[in-house]
Amino acid sequence: MPKRFADTAGGKAFLLNLWQDNPVFRQVLGICSTLAVTNLATNTLFMCLGLTFATALTSWTCSALRHHTPRQTRMMVQVLIAAAYVIVVDIALRAYVPDVHRLIGPYVGLIITNCIIMGRAEAFAIKNPPVPAFLDGAGAGLGYSGVLLAIACVREPLGFGTLFGLPLPAREAWFHPVTIMVMPPGAFFMLALVSWLGISLTARRPAGPPKGAAK
Amino acid sequence: MTVPLAVTTPGAPGGLAAQLLIIFLAAALTDNILLTRFLGMCSFLAISRQMKTSLGLGVAVAFVTTVTAAINYLVHRYITAPLGVEFLDLIVFIVVIAAFVQILEMAVERFSPALYFALGIFLPLITVNCAILGVSLFMLNKQGYGLWQALVYGAGNGVGWLLAILLMAGIRQKLKEDKIPAGLRGAPITLIISGIIALGFIGFSGMVKF
Repeated sequence: MPKRFADTAGGKAFLLNLWQDNPVFRQVLGICSTLAVTNLATNTLFMCLGLTFATALTSWTCSALRHHTPRQTRMMVQVLIAAAYVIVVDIALRAYVPDVHRLIGPYVGLIITNCIIMGRAEAFAIKNPPVPAFLDGAGAGLGYSGVLLAIACVREPLGFGTLFGLPLPAREAWFHPVTIMVMPPGAFFMLALVSWLGISLTARRPAGPPKGAAK
Repeated sequence: MTVPLAVTTPGAPGGLAAQLLIIFLAAALTDNILLTRFLGMCSFLAISRQMKTSLGLGVAVAFVTTVTAAINYLVHRYITAPLGVEFLDLIVFIVVIAAFVQILEMAVERFSPALYFALGIFLPLITVNCAILGVSLFMLNKQGYGLWQALVYGAGNGVGWLLAILLMAGIRQKLKEDKIPAGLRGAPITLIISGIIALGFIGFSGMVKF
């Protein structure tokens, strides 16, 4: 009888990263690309795929090599492992979706220094076996993706009247471009609102006896 | 019709000094790395709580950005591009930055212990500050840059980052006294303020034409 997914070490980490410990609004990591790529949903989608791929596999590799990595140089090793996977993502995007790559190219390269990757490698992968580490990384990547897509699905319709590049129904009737939404300040405001929502929804109940209980 | 102050293409009138000044102002103000490109946000959000630490990190970032932009320019121009291995730029750049930060840390420790203690924890953090790698990557997209242009572009971006984190630190010190809804405390309120500052910086666009 197999254990339930949520009871395994990897499954637990996967679900925590997805929502309760979400990397973007809970741990405040990976903010740069969150702000930069979310004005077009298509770009966002490819960025999310790239980041999830790189984070999951970097965690897996760091974990597999964890007994062979000297403590002093582990940061450098992690960065180089991440760089190898990011180059794969970069080459793949350049080959298959050159238009997207032209817009988000530098940010794809910056996945290397994305704090989510380093954070998961440091916090989880160096002390856990490869499979849970892979799930932990994948959960963090998908948690990040959820937040980014939510932001993109507000910014693109308001700024361009489209979603994933397709015009929304009856666009002429209602659409008036909210230019601020596709410019940098719009990114800051949207992320602040989404974080506010996320933090309020995941706010932990205070531990210990409920309010009003005898001291 | 607006008259551009100068054009940053090579061979433009105005001489090298004017051209470099334009690159510097454009990088620091109209194209601010933090407020329009969003790089270095993680450390910006975490560190900007205090003026003193912001100044320390800001100066360290400005210095490292300037030097690594120049080194990475040379590496790209004379090593990876002639060999046709531009796809390795990413890995080479990050190694250059890490190595430079390591050497800088040792040098500062050796020659100026006071500065070492002031900057201490920030130097190693800089290796994974995406603003540094970002400047080197964006520099590759600029056409016709020579070594001087690369150096000044790095300096402009570094100073722009320093300026932004100092502005934010000043505001956040005042903010400590204010009542803010629980869910907005910390990162979200900082993001909203960044948005408002970014609006201000957009006002600079048009001042410099690329």
